[in-house]
Amino acid sequence: MMTAMSTNNTGKIHPYKFTLWVAIGSLCMMFAGLTSAYIVRRNQSNWLEFEFPITFWYSTFVILLSSVTMHLAVKNFKARERINYKNLISITTILGILFVVLQYFAFQSLNHSGIKLMGQGSNPSASFLVVIIGLHMLHVAGGIIALLVVFFKSFSTKVKNYNSVPLEITATYWYFVDILWIYLFLFLLWIK
Amino acid sequence: MSNEAILHGSSAAVHEVHGDHHHEHHHHETFISKYVFSQDHKMIAKQFLITGMVWAVLGGLMSVLFRLQLGYPDAHFTWLENILGKFWVKDGRITPEAYYALVTTHGTVLVFFVLTAGLSGTFANFLIPLQVGARDMASPFMNMLSYWFFFGASVVMLSSMFVETGPFSGGWTAYPPLSALGSASPGSKTGMDLWIIAMALFVVSSLLGGLNYIATVLNMRTKGMSMTRLPLTIWALFFTAVLGVLSFPVLLSGFILLIFDRNFGTSFYLSDIFVNGVGALPNEGGSAILFQHLFWFLGHPEVYIILLPAMGMVSEILSVNSRKPIFGYMAMIGSLFAIAILAFLVWAHHMFVTGLNPFLGSIFVLLTLLIAVPSAIKVFNWLTTLWRGNIRFTPGMMFAIGFVSLFISGGLTGIWLGNSALDIHLHDTYFVIAHFHIVMGVASMFGMFAGIYHWYPKMYGRHLNNTLGYIHFWITIAGAYLIFWPMHYEGLAGMPRRYYDYSIWESFKQFGDLNRFISTVAMIVFATQLLFLFNFFYSIFKGRKVTAKNPYNSNTLEWTTPIRPGHGNWPGEIPEVYRWAYDYGKDGREFIPQTEPVGADESHH
Repeated sequence: MMTAMSTNNTGKIHPYKFTLWVAIGSLCMMFAGLTSAYIVRRNQSNWLEFEFPITFWYSTFVILLSSVTMHLAVKNFKARERINYKNLISITTILGILFVVLQYFAFQSLNHSGIKLMGQGSNPSASFLVVIIGLHMLHVAGGIIALLVVFFKSFSTKVKNYNSVPLEITATYWYFVDILWIYLFLFLLWIK
Repeated sequence: MSNEAILHGSSAAVHEVHGDHHHEHHHHETFISKYVFSQDHKMIAKQFLITGMVWAVLGGLMSVLFRLQLGYPDAHFTWLENILGKFWVKDGRITPEAYYALVTTHGTVLVFFVLTAGLSGTFANFLIPLQVGARDMASPFMNMLSYWFFFGASVVMLSSMFVETGPFSGGWTAYPPLSALGSASPGSKTGMDLWIIAMALFVVSSLLGGLNYIATVLNMRTKGMSMTRLPLTIWALFFTAVLGVLSFPVLLSGFILLIFDRNFGTSFYLSDIFVNGVGALPNEGGSAILFQHLFWFLGHPEVYIILLPAMGMVSEILSVNSRKPIFGYMAMIGSLFAIAILAFLVWAHHMFVTGLNPFLGSIFVLLTLLIAVPSAIKVFNWLTTLWRGNIRFTPGMMFAIGFVSLFISGGLTGIWLGNSALDIHLHDTYFVIAHFHIVMGVASMFGMFAGIYHWYPKMYGRHLNNTLGYIHFWITIAGAYLIFWPMHYEGLAGMPRRYYDYSIWESFKQFGDLNRFISTVAMIVFATQLLFLFNFFYSIFKGRKVTAKNPYNSNTLEWTTPIRPGHGNWPGEIPEVYRWAYDYGKDGREFIPQTEPVGADESHH
């Protein structure tokens, strides 16, 4: 039945892909809400300014790289280059995990430089980083889970899968969390 | 696999559902897969409806309880103490803590659980696939999750009724610091934790639902069903979903900051407040107003999330039962669109007295008053649809007309409240209570009742009892006006909302009799709703059976399905659509279904 389905393409966007786009709009609103709250709160008293740890630059590079590998993975999947695809999807997954780890280290180094993120004596300017970047990390973690599913599917020997929709959906989401990070990073860099 | 079949069923060759042959749908379903973890949009709709009804009864009962306190402040109902226990009733009177908990939970439950989940959850699920001509939602699985997140939210919210310190009691808007400080009041402790968990689950439920509704309307329409051939119900439910998907995440972001303030010692909303018995807080410079901005950025679209589905259903029901095309179809869509846009631009009118810059306030006044334009267009179109129609006064139609009446009465007072100058006097008075209960609360309930009465034959294959329906309608509409109309006078006199006892207050003592009158009517109206519930549940099993596929001679697609449609809705192919949904009384014919091709000599509509 699946084969009968895949031939049945009317040129319309796949409903799941479309749903993802709407969900992305929804996520944008959540982060827009948070960054607006950041601006409102910043314009009030008691706002601490501090230098960003260099680790955030590393993580930015890592997530950008992961989008490139993701893009190549999709290309190779469509070209039926199974081995290249498997390698690339593995690299993307590893880079994703590395990104989350680097973000964690960035928070560690903020802590070491004496900036309290939460609790007594903390400043909202640092707490906002925890909320905004932390929430972004959760969304990246969701992307990693999706990647892992695709990853294990690609190594499954039982089922040969040529349907690119799940991969394309994962890829779109992955580009989104990447672009979202770029936005958040630039926002937090410029508006201190 | 079944999912794929549903997804592609509408497009061309493949029309199998669940791998069965399409003329027979009794594939093996267990009780669990049919009634509990169902992925059939019609069953999910009924789940939403019945859960919503349970909440409506609980929320309504809460209002009866606090009206008891407001109407009879000196009476002692000792028997209540035995039923509800010491937290709620002491010495035969509702305790002040319980009073605030009741008002808060009544608001939360009615706004979110009844009029959001119960209304758009029910009818978006039920009507969207049936009226656009789809076998199910874009993702039936996500749709099922949407209900079960709502169910989870319900369980958590209900459990907050039973904690020792009581449910959250800081008002449904959950403003900090009451919501952010456990030490601020008994209800701000465990009750608030449960409240916020329930609301987070609820937001997830609405988002999952909303994504599905949008994807289904835009992607899964049957052949020939262009956007401008959609019934207005679908347009309204579509805009509702868009509003929800764009505004609930902002509420969630506000809640996330609130959780951090509550549990992790941050200072987003909290400043160095002094709490009696605790001392000064270590927090510095937080802004409680920030929460209000985030809250009302959802909060205002939320009132349209509640109202738009009712508007859509009323448009459809008025047209069908007037036997006339809806007047100004495109204007109806345009006004829905205008309302959806303006909904995002008026949130600060809830905050005129928070120290908002008056110049900024004047812009929000202008944008708020602009909503009167699309609203007036809609009212005009409803009235002109009725005008010289061949009206059938079914209970559904009665409630639809009742909706229009309530929308006019409640909408007009919105023009008062939208003025920042008048708001200085009216803010937080009973005038506001009267306004939003009529225009949003009761009006949307009427839309919901209209929908239930109208589509009940499609839902259960049986009719509701009409006589009970008429009794329900007349007592409810008279009661709604008798309850809320007097509140305008109280509000104009300056009587503030959210107070426990007015009888000891010299300025508002005079309203004692009026309050007793309101409370008495509230109890009668509540009892009448039980009559409706009896009608509803009795008719599921014993109602008069529907014998014709299309009992209303209606044009829309849901009436082309079998009387009791299975999962997949249409045995055989999904019908093709050739015309809009409102060809009533055209070319000497009473109605022309959407599935009928346009004849060669047919006139334009």
